Amino acid sequence: MRIDTNAFLGSYPFRRVPGTSPEAVLAAMDRLGIDQAWVTHLPGVFWRDPAAGNKWLLDTCDRYPRLRPVPAIHPGVAGWRESVDSARAAGAPAVRCDPTFYGIEPSGQAVRALGAACAVSGLPLVLAVRLEDGRQRHPNDRAAELPASAVRTLVRSDPRLKLLITHADRPFIEEVHFGSTPEEAARLWWDICWIWGPPEDHLQILLRTIGHERFVLGTGQPLRIPENAGAKLDLLDMSAEARTAIDSGNAEALQAVR
Amino acid sequence: MLIDVHAHFLHDRTPRADWRDRNASRLAAGERIGITIHVASILGSWGMTSPTYFPSQADLEYGNDAMIALQRQHPSRIRGYVAVNPNYTAEALAEITRCLDAGMIGIKLAASRRANDPLLDPICRMAAERAVPVLHHVWQSRRGEYAGQEASDAWELAELAARHPAVHFLLAHIGGGGDWLQSLPAIRGLSNVMVDLSGSGVDGGMLEACIDTVGVQRLLWGCDLTMETGWAKLRHLEQLLSPPQIEMIRWGNAVRIFPPGAFPSD
Repeated sequence: MRIDTNAFLGSYPFRRVPGTSPEAVLAAMDRLGIDQAWVTHLPGVFWRDPAAGNKWLLDTCDRYPRLRPVPAIHPGVAGWRESVDSARAAGAPAVRCDPTFYGIEPSGQAVRALGAACAVSGLPLVLAVRLEDGRQRHPNDRAAELPASAVRTLVRSDPRLKLLITHADRPFIEEVHFGSTPEEAARLWWDICWIWGPPEDHLQILLRTIGHERFVLGTGQPLRIPENAGAKLDLLDMSAEARTAIDSGNAEALQAVR
Repeated sequence: MLIDVHAHFLHDRTPRADWRDRNASRLAAGERIGITIHVASILGSWGMTSPTYFPSQADLEYGNDAMIALQRQHPSRIRGYVAVNPNYTAEALAEITRCLDAGMIGIKLAASRRANDPLLDPICRMAAERAVPVLHHVWQSRRGEYAGQEASDAWELAELAARHPAVHFLLAHIGGGGDWLQSLPAIRGLSNVMVDLSGSGVDGGMLEACIDTVGVQRLLWGCDLTMETGWAKLRHLEQLLSPPQIEMIRWGNAVRIFPPGAFPSD
């Protein structure tokens, strides 16, 4: 069983990206032996109200059960609490928020309110550190990257809140993990898509220092080629138990904690 | 056969206390990926006693010596680029001669001087005389000056390549940072510029754009600092291209531009 916790559907506004349709993402999943992908409506990330893309997302995931919806929530837009309720009712494994793309404070009152609502409903909250390498972004794509301090603030804001942070690199993960209490760190999950493999061996080091329980498979597809996540796992010497946990077990545990 | 045209190693006079582990990790990962040859360079002291991209002559000589030693220690796995700083013209030419005579197979230019600067011409003339390629560090679509390096972009490399049509240039790490979409059109018409696919970037659409813009015959496989991204790109290419086309990227194109006998089977 493999679960890709970090995938998108739909076009990207800043460059042409192939393979963004549900059918293309499913074909990529078939190629790589991925059974299930948690998907977000990518264009919506850049809309004034990203929830406007959620209906299409939920309808699409109804048609393709291997795709599980991660609806986007802008906690500064009226009606966002209903969007959280709808996500839960639809069986979403998580909801996401991209505060810097929405132009709101990443750990401000609105995002903390969303965190509290997620905590009450038992839904994990997904936040991406970035979507593209900052050195190549479109000149008008100026949203800041998610700061590590915001994640520390959010995880401290409610003892029931579970966070899945995607697109984080080793320094970011270490800063948050070791800047948190063990109880707080146990409510943080990290996808592996932006963590370097050999020869720097950042993922191997993190698995040793932090533990495989905190990491989940995530590709970032189709913005990133999906082969990357599997390749870095294939380069590790790890137990079958740890591999299974990263491939699917930790993601299942994350969504099961309600 | 699989040739990584963009690799690096470390040595004892770099800031990295774990240099042996990193070198060993590269070789071990290479075994798992199936890399036949790592074509590698060492950029002086990697910042220990002179800046990585502005290395002193003494650091370059020490680093190149370490690279030669690695090549001799692993004759079936490692080949070297001689790294030089074009600001020291006479020393650079002497170092190229010394290191090619010692068995290195290419020249590495990083970011000590802009690619279109006339100071690079004597080095390129020597590359032509010795029939070796030049791997040039590139910041894909430079938008200004970046601290710590005099970075060049594809447009600047294209000017140099146009002045030296007999030399093969490797546009370094298309996935190594910067806007790769701007790099590809800059070199489209220059058949002596190859695209090195290395770098940590694994953007969806990047490989397709490389194929569409310069063609399979001008693509070279490599890893640079992240070997998992190299392996991932290879896996992705396998569903885009035919097996003969994959072989060109894995090794065929490299054999064509490096000196005869540089690799085991040519």
